Amino acid sequence: MEIARHWRLQRHRYSLVGEVCNHCGVKIFPARDVCPECNAPAKTPYTFSGKGEVYSYSTVHHPPEGFEHFAPYVVALVRLVEGPLVAAQLTDVEGEKIEIGMPVEMVTRKLRDDGSKGTIVYGYKFRPVIAGGAAVVAKDAAV
Amino acid sequence: MRDVSIIGLGQTPVGEHWEKSLKDLAAEAIQAAIKDAQTERVDALYVGNMCSGTLNGQEHLGALISDWVGLRGVEAVKIEAACGSGAAALRLGYVAVAGELADFVVVAGVEKMTDRPGEQVTAALAMASDADFEAQNGLSFVALNALLMRRYMHEFGVCHRDFAPFAINAHKNAVGNPFALFPHPVTADDFCAAKMIADPVNLLDSSPVCDGAAAVVLCPTEIARQFNSRPVRIRASSAATDTIALHDRRDLLGLEGAALSAAKAYKQAKLTPKDIDLFELHDAFTIVSVLSLEACGFAERGRGVRLGAQGDIAIGGQIPITTMGGLKARGHPVGATGIYQVIEVALQLRAQAGANQVRDARLGMAQNIGGSGATVVTTILEAG
Ligand SMILES: [Zn+2]
Repeated sequence: MEIARHWRLQRHRYSLVGEVCNHCGVKIFPARDVCPECNAPAKTPYTFSGKGEVYSYSTVHHPPEGFEHFAPYVVALVRLVEGPLVAAQLTDVEGEKIEIGMPVEMVTRKLRDDGSKGTIVYGYKFRPVIAGGAAVVAKDAAV
Repeated sequence: MRDVSIIGLGQTPVGEHWEKSLKDLAAEAIQAAIKDAQTERVDALYVGNMCSGTLNGQEHLGALISDWVGLRGVEAVKIEAACGSGAAALRLGYVAVAGELADFVVVAGVEKMTDRPGEQVTAALAMASDADFEAQNGLSFVALNALLMRRYMHEFGVCHRDFAPFAINAHKNAVGNPFALFPHPVTADDFCAAKMIADPVNLLDSSPVCDGAAAVVLCPTEIARQFNSRPVRIRASSAATDTIALHDRRDLLGLEGAALSAAKAYKQAKLTPKDIDLFELHDAFTIVSVLSLEACGFAERGRGVRLGAQGDIAIGGQIPITTMGGLKARGHPVGATGIYQVIEVALQLRAQAGANQVRDARLGMAQNIGGSGATVVTTILEAG
């Protein structure tokens, strides 16, 4: 379903591409074409590093349709090092181990599936960063 | 512009009405409101509703319901602003009467949620958020509120149990409301032991999925007494917006749409929070009550949660809230909620709130929120 819509969002979802405002320099994610700080047009693409930290989080026990197989899963607001907040799932980590301020990095994973005939949607999730740079491996690392 | 008053009130009990359809519920509320108003004439019908397309397979509610209730021919449209649909419809009814484009306007809110399984309702409610960057990442509507609550607990050093008084107060007040879904008390222990939905938000932080309809009749204040001996005047009506997505907010816990909407309402009514005798706020989740109290000037930032422990939110307290049970215990049939809130304030101002009467209530405020703070409609009402 909605193949064109997922295609339009691909580069945002796969590569964390947002925008930068050429007027005031603010980095924008998700892209919105108008700078939220100075209202100037902002259409210059900017690829985010994918590094950030957990700003808030929750474990979803009652998922919406399309996410039933994943539950319980952890969602978060991640503060990217470049500034913006992004709403995403956390992966490769159990809910009890997460703390506000924990460093995380972006990975690409399956976001949802719309049944046997539907599209499988891939996109960004975030996982904890450990000191060596390798991530904690957990049960859904192969998803 | 002319002053506008409410001359008719009608509501159905909030519940799981398997035997009644969306239009049955709407008709019951609208007919009760018209009867209360003792008017034959209706110029327009505005219907607040969020989910009829996704949950009932029916749009075009203006034409559907106006015909069904015997108002064929009148101007009628559906107004949608997520959980703020009811008050958004009221706002447009107010604009029509204040702007002298109509004299008698019926504003109804209706929602029929219980025909569908839970995950479909959860997906329908998630449409209040940003489809591309919140819902598609698996964030349910409850989860968005959980992100607010977790951050609030972290920033202000409060624990989950500190939110219990908001659920306890709502349930206690629902006991005195014959239209409430959950007219039974809960304890702090019940609150802490409730089933988790999206931590830290549990079942007793959250308002329930249910069915209901509510309606009011508006007319110019100058003729209101000809129809109802106890009209209620709309002192202020204001609407404001914020970013639809939480991640786009400048200040996550500021609920800036609520602050802006309330500030405009205070300005229009020439009032301050101190003048308000009761506040029907949008307690979709306990955290939203707290953020609303702060945004609307009833508590300083980070202090709203304390109003619960101090008893300030009780009937007889400094600022009584959810006096008929609120979204939590009266129930939250999403598109109808904004009208239920206004009816409850009106009942208080008409001294018809029974056991839940706020003594000498003269000025009451209702605030209906769509999404996680993205559409906010504030209404200030005055007796007489
Ligand atoms: Zn800029």
